[in-house]
Amino acid sequence: MAKKKFVVGCFDEEAVLFPAVKKVRTAGYKIHDVYTPFAVHGLDHALGLRETSLHTAGFIYGITGTSTALGSISWILVKDWPLNFGGKPNFSLPAWIPITFELTVLFAAVGMVLTFCYLCQLAPFVKKHHFHPRATDDLFVMVIECTEKTNVDDLQAFLSAAGAIETDVQIAEEGWWLGTYDKDETTFENSNPVVA
Amino acid sequence: MASIRDQFEIPGKMKTWSLALIGIGGAALLYGMFTKGFSADEHEQTHFWGTLMYNTIFWTLICNASMFFICVTTLAMGGWQQSFKRIPEAISTMVPIFGAITFAVLMYVVLGHKHHIYHWLDSEAVAKDPILKGKVGFLNPTFFIIWTTLAIGLWSVLGWRMRQISREADESSFDNESGARYILRGTIRAALFTVWFALTVGSTVPWLWMMSIDAHWYSTMYSWYTFASSFVSGMSLVALWVIYLKNKGYLELTTQEHLHDIGKFMFAFSVFWTYLWFSQYMLIWYANIPEETVYFKHRVQGPYKGIFFLNLIINFICPLLILMKRSAKRNYTLVTFMAVLIIFGHWIDFYQMIMGSLSKEHVTLGWLDFGILVFFVGCMIFFVSRSLASKPLVSKYHPFLKESIIHQV
Repeated sequence: MAKKKFVVGCFDEEAVLFPAVKKVRTAGYKIHDVYTPFAVHGLDHALGLRETSLHTAGFIYGITGTSTALGSISWILVKDWPLNFGGKPNFSLPAWIPITFELTVLFAAVGMVLTFCYLCQLAPFVKKHHFHPRATDDLFVMVIECTEKTNVDDLQAFLSAAGAIETDVQIAEEGWWLGTYDKDETTFENSNPVVA
Repeated sequence: MASIRDQFEIPGKMKTWSLALIGIGGAALLYGMFTKGFSADEHEQTHFWGTLMYNTIFWTLICNASMFFICVTTLAMGGWQQSFKRIPEAISTMVPIFGAITFAVLMYVVLGHKHHIYHWLDSEAVAKDPILKGKVGFLNPTFFIIWTTLAIGLWSVLGWRMRQISREADESSFDNESGARYILRGTIRAALFTVWFALTVGSTVPWLWMMSIDAHWYSTMYSWYTFASSFVSGMSLVALWVIYLKNKGYLELTTQEHLHDIGKFMFAFSVFWTYLWFSQYMLIWYANIPEETVYFKHRVQGPYKGIFFLNLIINFICPLLILMKRSAKRNYTLVTFMAVLIIFGHWIDFYQMIMGSLSKEHVTLGWLDFGILVFFVGCMIFFVSRSLASKPLVSKYHPFLKESIIHQV
């Protein structure tokens, strides 16, 4: 992934942030993300983010766990190595439910954690760019991605007018950590794409 | 605030319908009472009184679950329930009414010496029976009567006190200090109710009223199981009223966010109910001791097989799969459908808990069950709507009301 240029605006109040998000979106700028010190209710809606499909993935992992458990226990205890436990039938479903439940939870939990890390591009030794250290403390940090058409000065002025207490321009590498990292250090706007 | 419609007016249609339901149900109830309840045949008697018992206990407990809901949310310093709190409050006004019916029925059974329902009432049989002799300190008419009176009486009184304190927030606003004092007083009253609820619904009352029908059998899970059953249907009942009032244009402050949380309760407690259902079932199945399996024998392998598995499908599989999605819990139609299904499912559950023990040979589900059910539904609609209309729908000076208005999941 190539490096990109971002305009960063910092807000110190939720009440200012929400109208600002709305203004920025109406003006047609592309908000890369808003980093907040805590989960802000309704911000995902204001940003127009689609609902996460993490829970659908979780359901699928859970179902996988259920069928793994039921499949393997029934194969082991009925077909491969039938044992007599206290005169119970070989296919004794009630006794398997706890294990089935545990495997369902295990698969769903581990699967969802890994998927979450994948979606958020988190992994050991992956360095993430921080747009503003105070985003973990007391500032709401709005990051806007620049395209070749973006006028950076205009955008900074626009953000200040919308209530940002601080704005700056940063160049950061943002992208998919599982892809190949682009060795090219130039940003998109300075690159010379080869048009075939 | 001024623009809010906070005074519920009972629509004429609702009144007509609820009275019609009471009429139809009451006719079935009386007809059953005279043809079966007072007949010379003991099976018929048991059939009628058992059917009436599970219906009235079911409705008393699910209406009481409303008050429990208010008390635990109060204890947890919850704010989100404020915007629709008058609905569980109105439902809880049914506790004295249904409680009186329950009390009358249970007293008739105990004082009328119906030992076909409660085997432990037969003192000759108890004297010859070492197991029942060992339980005589708990299973005796005196304790039964005292505890039943106390249970229903204190639910009614402590619930009434909770409703009284809620009314105080209608009249005048609070400053910081009086608001804090108000919250503390509410917390204390809620704590009293919750403790009494734990001593009754959470432990002794289901053992006394329902489990003692199988006097030899016991399960420590039974009360929790009954509680889970009544709580999840109680939440479903609240959901139905919330949706009804929303559709009529009331409860402007209650939104999908609140419905989502009620839906979460319905979902979570359906799973909790299943957890208890399974814990009770599996331990007994696994140990395979005859004195314990006696409860499940005719339910799993006998005539109740269909109802037994239907119970599990309606009360576990359906809520699990249908209410799991976020969008389902925010969808009025789906929540209504699921609420009706859950209430019906737990009614069936109560049916098999009581009638499964009283009529082991054949399933009695028929016109009498549905007639009495209709009677109770009619009463519930009639009295709850009256109670809703008697006070504002929102206690507008409650210190936590704003929390409810901005509530977001």
